[in-house]
Amino acid sequence: MNKTYADAAAALDGLLHDGMTILAGGFGLCGIPENLILALRESGVGGLTVVSNNCGIDDFGLGLLLQTRQIKKMISSYVGENKLFEKQYLDGELELEFNPQGTLAERIRAGGAGIAAFYTRTGVGTAVAEGKETRDFDGHTHVMETGLRGDLAIVKAWMGDADGNLIYRKTARNFNPPMATAGRTTVAEVEQLVEVGQLDPDRIHTPGVFVNRVFQGATFERRIERRTVRD
Amino acid sequence: MAWTRDRMCARAAKELRDGFYVNLGIGMPTLVANFVPADVHVNLQSENGMLGMGPFPTENEVDADLINAGKQTVSELPESVYFDSAESFAMIRGGHIDLSILGALQVAQNGDLANWMIPGKMVKGMGGAMDLVAGVKRVVVLMDHNAKDGAAKLLKQCTLPLTGQAVVNLVITDLGVFEISGGVMRLAETADGVTADEIRARTEAEFTA
Repeated sequence: MNKTYADAAAALDGLLHDGMTILAGGFGLCGIPENLILALRESGVGGLTVVSNNCGIDDFGLGLLLQTRQIKKMISSYVGENKLFEKQYLDGELELEFNPQGTLAERIRAGGAGIAAFYTRTGVGTAVAEGKETRDFDGHTHVMETGLRGDLAIVKAWMGDADGNLIYRKTARNFNPPMATAGRTTVAEVEQLVEVGQLDPDRIHTPGVFVNRVFQGATFERRIERRTVRD
Repeated sequence: MAWTRDRMCARAAKELRDGFYVNLGIGMPTLVANFVPADVHVNLQSENGMLGMGPFPTENEVDADLINAGKQTVSELPESVYFDSAESFAMIRGGHIDLSILGALQVAQNGDLANWMIPGKMVKGMGGAMDLVAGVKRVVVLMDHNAKDGAAKLLKQCTLPLTGQAVVNLVITDLGVFEISGGVMRLAETADGVTADEIRARTEAEFTA
């Protein structure tokens, strides 16, 4: 079965519908599936629930889908970089569910691993725990959090092969591996697409079983959010 | 004289022990890395997926794939390791990180912490802070003693939404150092020339001296 596609639009063909839930890898602008985000904007698909640690910035990453008002709801841990986000949220145009970053990562990991729910001490006694079941283990209160999956996961890797095996680079790994496991369909964009057998099997981060479609991105801007250097 | 930011960071660096795995929060806590004593080696964890985080890069080393949790470019060290977000928080939640230093909007005398939102005003999110305070062995808050408008930040009870309940072990401000243990706050050190009475006048929380 062929998993390789020519470009982002081809890789998303037949997968999109209004109101769907999309998991998007990346941390800030690092390791985001930038070609797939552009293709989502072009597609015009709307009413999206997007699960992503952040929501890009005003003019790049997922912020582009805020500009076009394609996002109905975000599930994130931190959105402080995005003025448009804050405005749409405070104006009541955008729903927002904050999850602690580790809870978000574990909900996705659990979702992809077939774990319906788990208990964590994170968020006990805070707004995050309101309305959720709690239970004591070893003398400490834990809050129940549920596994999280999406209709579609979009991830970005450094290298990938035609079977969808993926290798990430440095801190661009972040949320991409757990998200790749938790999409009912997972689409990966890679900087370099190679033939099966060319990746060292001992160095693969995401086994291809989790990936349905893979393509080599046309361009990678790899924008830096806060360029800081020493003398 | 109240402590300068440098003096506050230097005082916070005294909490570091050789061999510690440490997570430094965004803002002033990040600067503590510049004050690590020469005979102490710590391994910095960045919750976006890195251990052994190095300093800001030189112009030639800048790499879009290498950032810290504050989205700043950083550099690699010989001991650096990369991992995904789920594994990163397994380290944090699982108690494998020795110390976390973070900023705060408010701290209560029992160790309650508020540092992630101001209802109706600031919508940023908690990021990894709730996981850090729930899982890291020791939590140190580094913050200005009072808000910009002079309001007390060390309170009997936090008025802002909590990040965690009874999670703070030590608070370092520009006026002094406060230990919190067994639900009680104690003034452990004062900045040079600052008296306990002066601190009391600028503090709502009750503390022993």
